[in-house]
Formats: sequence, structure tokens, C-alpha cells
Amino acid sequence: MPKDAQAMLADPGPDQVYREALNAGTFQIQQCTACSKHIFYPRLVCPHCGSNEIAWASPSGQGTVYSTTVVRRKPERGGDINVAMVELDEGVRMMSRVEGLPPAEVTIGLRVTARLVEQGENKQVIFEPAGGAQ
Amino acid sequence: MSHPLRGSTAIVGASTAGLGACPGHTEMDIIVTAAHQALADAGLKITDVDGLFSCSTVYSLATLSIGEYLGIKPKFSDSNQIGGSSFVGHMLTAAMAIQNGLCETALIVYGSNQRSAAGKLVGLPEPDFYEAPYEPKQPPSSYAMVAARHMHEFGTTREQLAQVAVDARQWARMNPEAFMRDELSIEDVLNARMVSDPLTVRDCCLVTDGGGAIVMVSADRAKDFPHKPAYVLGVGMAHWHRNISAMPDYTVSAASESGPRAFDMAGLTPSDVDVLELYDAFTINTIMFLEDLGFCKKGEGGPFVADGHIGPGGSTPVNTNGGGLSCCHPGMYGMFTIVEAVRQLRGQCAERQIEGAEIALSHGNGGRFSSQVTALLGSEATL
Repeated sequence: MPKDAQAMLADPGPDQVYREALNAGTFQIQQCTACSKHIFYPRLVCPHCGSNEIAWASPSGQGTVYSTTVVRRKPERGGDINVAMVELDEGVRMMSRVEGLPPAEVTIGLRVTARLVEQGENKQVIFEPAGGAQ
Repeated sequence: MSHPLRGSTAIVGASTAGLGACPGHTEMDIIVTAAHQALADAGLKITDVDGLFSCSTVYSLATLSIGEYLGIKPKFSDSNQIGGSSFVGHMLTAAMAIQNGLCETALIVYGSNQRSAAGKLVGLPEPDFYEAPYEPKQPPSSYAMVAARHMHEFGTTREQLAQVAVDARQWARMNPEAFMRDELSIEDVLNARMVSDPLTVRDCCLVTDGGGAIVMVSADRAKDFPHKPAYVLGVGMAHWHRNISAMPDYTVSAASESGPRAFDMAGLTPSDVDVLELYDAFTINTIMFLEDLGFCKKGEGGPFVADGHIGPGGSTPVNTNGGGLSCCHPGMYGMFTIVEAVRQLRGQCAERQIEGAEIALSHGNGGRFSSQVTALLGSEATL
């Protein structure tokens, strides 16, 4: 049954659910109940089929680097960092970074595994090469 | 039967203002200067305007602020903001409004004092929980990841990307309005400061001040003005995403839909086009748009550029003003693709004039390879 407006806007919203779970140590994505496709970032409406029947799902944490860049920064501004677009095995893509090897050595096609790290007051999902740091 | 909007309107006034560095002035100073000059170019006054189109990263109610300042009380007003392509998109809305009698004289205007005010690309103040924590340099890192993927899938090289910047500079050297006119070599581009791999600062557009404006009227009136009209033959829009995380395929932009929509409306094909003005926020843009708009096959943009097609003397002249890479890039560049296209069709481009230019393509890009708007403009002979 599609949800009515009250059910769609019931507390808490998907961004809050996502971040509270993340800060409690669990990385979740979503899966559409109607079309079975996975969804990221968290939403109230499926971008694949338009359904509002969406469930939380546990990703395998495995993915592949779809693209990558090195953000060049002066050392006093934190130095160079990797920014990567990771495609999870569930088919969704997310921005993240790959740690465990120098930023310029992250390559497209690299298999990576998700890990949660503390960043400020929150946890964030980062990735490292599958099988551990190289 | 041709599309009812094909050739139904024309651009009869066009101007730039304050290109490069314009210190000591507000964004509004540049906007109203561009507006005034474009109207003067058409032999019109501010009081003739009854349709107003603009958007801004500073003025959230852009046409209200501009209308108030200039004393314009429009019958039709549109501040649609889809990034740097907005102004190319405004041409479609203006054509619809004029064609349906909702307004008669449309002013489309943009200006920014970005260089003097901030000296860097202005970010949009909106929540971004899913990208900002990873500290990409935006927008360069988004375009850099598209370039990296294009290189990975098709073998596109950094030298081919650099050729885009070199060709833009060759054109800029023939344009007195262009901000950067020094010589530039492929080695200069490759050895410039790396911003976000594989893009160096010379693969990235300038950060300048500047404004531009055009005036549109119905084709019935278009010959009553001082300059040759540039008829709006077709405009197509498309967008598929906002942030780079959601771009479906990093090797294809929504220009692959906006282009065919514009060509369909105009009843033209890429081989009909004499000159292209493409939104080159980064060198990868030019390569992607040449492919997506049908000027070469997908994946062959790099070799196409390396073969010398887009620079002075090439078969497919691109960004004859020097583009966002060497002429100007005041935050959003789309307006300047239109002004240069109009000048080419009028034959006003002196040293950089494409001989016999009858059909010009103006292509706007917005966001992170997000919104794409393609317009085809033509001389009277193309009606």
C-alpha cells in the first residue's frame, strides 16, 4: 500500500534515520519495495519508479571505484586528499574517499570496502582497498 | 511542418559589460550596464521592456531586484535558475511568451562581480550532507572525476584536454574583450598548478567580472532594428541530476538530449552549423559537448580536438570569443555563448569572424554537468 502524506512525513525523516544509524555504527542504504532497486542518498520517493514504499537495507560494504580525483591543497590547508565516486555492489554510487594508499594511487576499477570513521561530531563512510591497506 | 517556435523570434540587441575586472562596482552595476547597452544596441529604451528574464547567485529574486532598479514593470517575468545554462533556457521561455503575446520586448540579462567581490567561484548555500563531508573542491572536483572517467573509458589524454585550452586561447588572442590573451602552449597547461587531478588551473575556467544581455522580439518586428536579426531557430533543454554523485554515466551528459531537441525544432543537423559557442567551464566540457551534440562520435572528442578542428582555421570553430577558459567566466557563462553567437551572425567579429556564418550554436551548461540547454540561431537566410 502506498503511504499517505502523514506516513511519508512521520518522524524521523530519512536523512535523520541515516545519520543516526551511521553515528551508532551502522551504514544503511535503501531499497525500493516496488521495483527492488537500491537507492542512495536516502529518499522518501524512489527515483527509479516513483514509489513511496522504501525500506532500509544493509549494503555488503563492497564496491568499486567509478572515478577518482586528488584534491590538491597546501599542507597548511590539510594537504592533498582523495575524493572518489564509489559504486557499491548494490548498484548505487556515493561520494567518499579511499584511505590506506596515497591519494594519487587510487585508480578507477579498484575494489574497495566501506569503513566508518569519526569526522568531527559525526561518523562518515570511507573506503579502503578490499583485503586491507596496501 | 516546422515547429511553431522555429524562427518566430529574433535577437535584435546584444551586449557585454565590464568583462574581466570591474572593481568598485556591485553586481547590480554590471547587470544594469549590460541591460542598458543591449537595449541601446537595439535602439530601444528601458521603458520598452515588458518581459524580464534573469537569475543570479546573489539576488535570489533576480528579476524583482533588476525590475525595481531599472523601473521595469514587466508583463512576464522569469528568474528560472538552473545554473550557468539558465540564460540559454530563458530564450526558450521568452520565445514562448512572445509567440503567445504575453510580452513584446524581452530583456535577458546577467552580470556578476565575482572576481572583484570574492576572487573565487561562489558556492551555493544549500545543505549538502552527502558530498561536502569529503571536501571536494567544487565545482572542479566534479568535472575532474568526469574527465578521469572519460580518459579511462576512451583513452582521452591530458594533452587532448590541454588542446581545448590552447585553442580557446588562440581565439582569445583575436578578441580585444578577452581577459587572458598571452600565448599558451600545451606544456603550459600540463605544467600549470594542479587543482583537482587531472585538471590544472588552465583546464579550469577563469574567475572574472562581467555581464551580458540580449533583447528578443517577434520575427515580425525583427527587421525594424539597427542590426541584422539573429533568429531563434530551436532551443532544447535537459537535466538529469544536480550533484555529481547522481550523474548517471560520466561519459554522457544531458546535452545528448538537449542537442537533438534543439536540432529537431530548428530542422537542422550538426553539419549545418557554422560556428559553436560551448560552455567550457572546464576543458572536458568542450570534448563532452562536441560528442553529445553530434559533432563527432562518442569517445572521439579527444582525437577530434587534437586534429585541429576547433581552433582558428579549423573545420568546426568553437568558442571564437575565447570561451570561459580565456575570455570571461563571471560565475555563470551561458549568456556569453549567446552574445558571441549573435556577433558572429552579424559579422561583427573582425579578425576572429567566421566567414559567411549563417547558423550558430549556443550551448549552456549548469551545475555539475547537470543542466544542458542548446540553442540554434540563424541569419535571415536560414528562415
